[in-house]
Amino acid sequence: MWEFCQTDGSLDLFGWLVTARISIFIEVIDMITPTTQFTSTSTMGVYEPIHQISMWDDTFGGTISPNTDVCIITQADAKLDDKCEYASDRSLEPAEDNQTAKSIRDKVQRRLAQNREAARKSRLRKKAYVQQLETSRLKLAQLELELERARHQGLLIGGATANMGLCGNVNSGIAAFEMEYGHWMEEQQRKNSDLRNVLQSPIADVELRLLVEDVLEHYCNLFRMKRDASRADAFYLVFGMWRTPVEQFFLWIGGFQPSELISVVMPQLENLTDQQLAEVRNLQHSCQQAEDALSQGMEKLRQTLAQSITTLAAGAGSYSSQVVSTMEKLESLESFVQQADHLREQTLRRMSCILTMRQAAKGLLAFGEYFQRLRALGSLWAASPRKFA
Amino acid sequence: MHYQTESWNSDHKPTKSSSSSVITDPLAHIERLASDNAVVIFSMSTCCMCHAIKRLFCGMGVNPTVYELDEDPISGKEIEKALILLMGVSSVPVVFIGGKLVGAMDRVLASHINGTLVPLLKQAGALWL
Repeated sequence: MWEFCQTDGSLDLFGWLVTARISIFIEVIDMITPTTQFTSTSTMGVYEPIHQISMWDDTFGGTISPNTDVCIITQADAKLDDKCEYASDRSLEPAEDNQTAKSIRDKVQRRLAQNREAARKSRLRKKAYVQQLETSRLKLAQLELELERARHQGLLIGGATANMGLCGNVNSGIAAFEMEYGHWMEEQQRKNSDLRNVLQSPIADVELRLLVEDVLEHYCNLFRMKRDASRADAFYLVFGMWRTPVEQFFLWIGGFQPSELISVVMPQLENLTDQQLAEVRNLQHSCQQAEDALSQGMEKLRQTLAQSITTLAAGAGSYSSQVVSTMEKLESLESFVQQADHLREQTLRRMSCILTMRQAAKGLLAFGEYFQRLRALGSLWAASPRKFA
Repeated sequence: MHYQTESWNSDHKPTKSSSSSVITDPLAHIERLASDNAVVIFSMSTCCMCHAIKRLFCGMGVNPTVYELDEDPISGKEIEKALILLMGVSSVPVVFIGGKLVGAMDRVLASHINGTLVPLLKQAGALWL
């Protein structure tokens, strides 16, 4: 039995009551359920007596709930004090009284079930908390990377005095885009979850269509954001400067490559008819042709720019016609970014036309998850120490 | 791909006066040029998007007729202005198939992705397969 330190009279009474209750309780429990958890009282943790107190309290008509985290001892203290008279009387009878034994048995069963439920909920809460921690850790890695990049850019702006004005203008439009992109990514994750949940249950095509349309519209929002940002700095868009280096590795003119999207999504889809397969193959072929055309246009842009630069007269002023015409060529990059995004949008829409609603939802989910994983990998790579650093 | 340079001025007299327009009705002129061939592209030699659109058609096995507006000293500017009126934004590239206006790069890409470009080309006799 436990030793209770005598700090004041009530605690001592409580100590007596606890020991008395435990011995009776064990007798009762031994009669009902020969479980191992109640046999060795000396090894019980502090948590146990709180349960038992509340069980006893309930037996005596108390209102302490088994799940409260506050120190119940003081509460039980007060209540037990009030009932100690009654309790001491009752303590002598229960083993011999079948009616009481039965009610105790019922209450014990109920309390065990509540404990199980509480434990289950606790496990779920823990799981959710751990998942949240994991997400936060990745986010932290991402933020650190962005901070590093911003610091680096800050250094450059400070150093390059000639470009100060230009950089100032550019950054406001780009800063707005980066912030909006953060929100967009969060929303995208929510939509991915929606898709995942919806696909696990039977749902009418009509409702699926709404969700699919919503997800497609969300991608269109991204393309609109990129269009606005490309006016501020098309080069920023082309190189996907808001993305991690690993993501940038896969970029085609500032975003995903449509024909590659189809290759990623197709293995995740099932039950495609022959016609659907043929249409998807045609779509992929058309995408490749369009991508080649735009890539060749970009190559031509590079060549004409290179020529332009070599013919730029040494010491030409900022506003000389040569420089102006070269700057105009640079501006045409914006139209390539826009056409590339346009191609992406058209491909997404066409895929959702070829596929059934359920297939389209699955495809969009596969696509969304692919990008989430890619971004997570990018963040992880950016945050992890290099072997030979 | 074949480039038209002098033949497209053959149906009207070049005037020396620079104040009056060279072509009386630029849009009708464009229409006329467009209906002469299966696939007609109005382009500029310095425009890289025009280069992209040319590569797209060549990659599909089409042989488009290309008018480089910056290489036509006489009516190039007029046609460019008329195209801006027609298209609203930029002048080139603009594509006509079977005499009918298809549009700029975005329309061409959209019709290729949704599968309507190839039938249109076949109908105009630009593609045989």
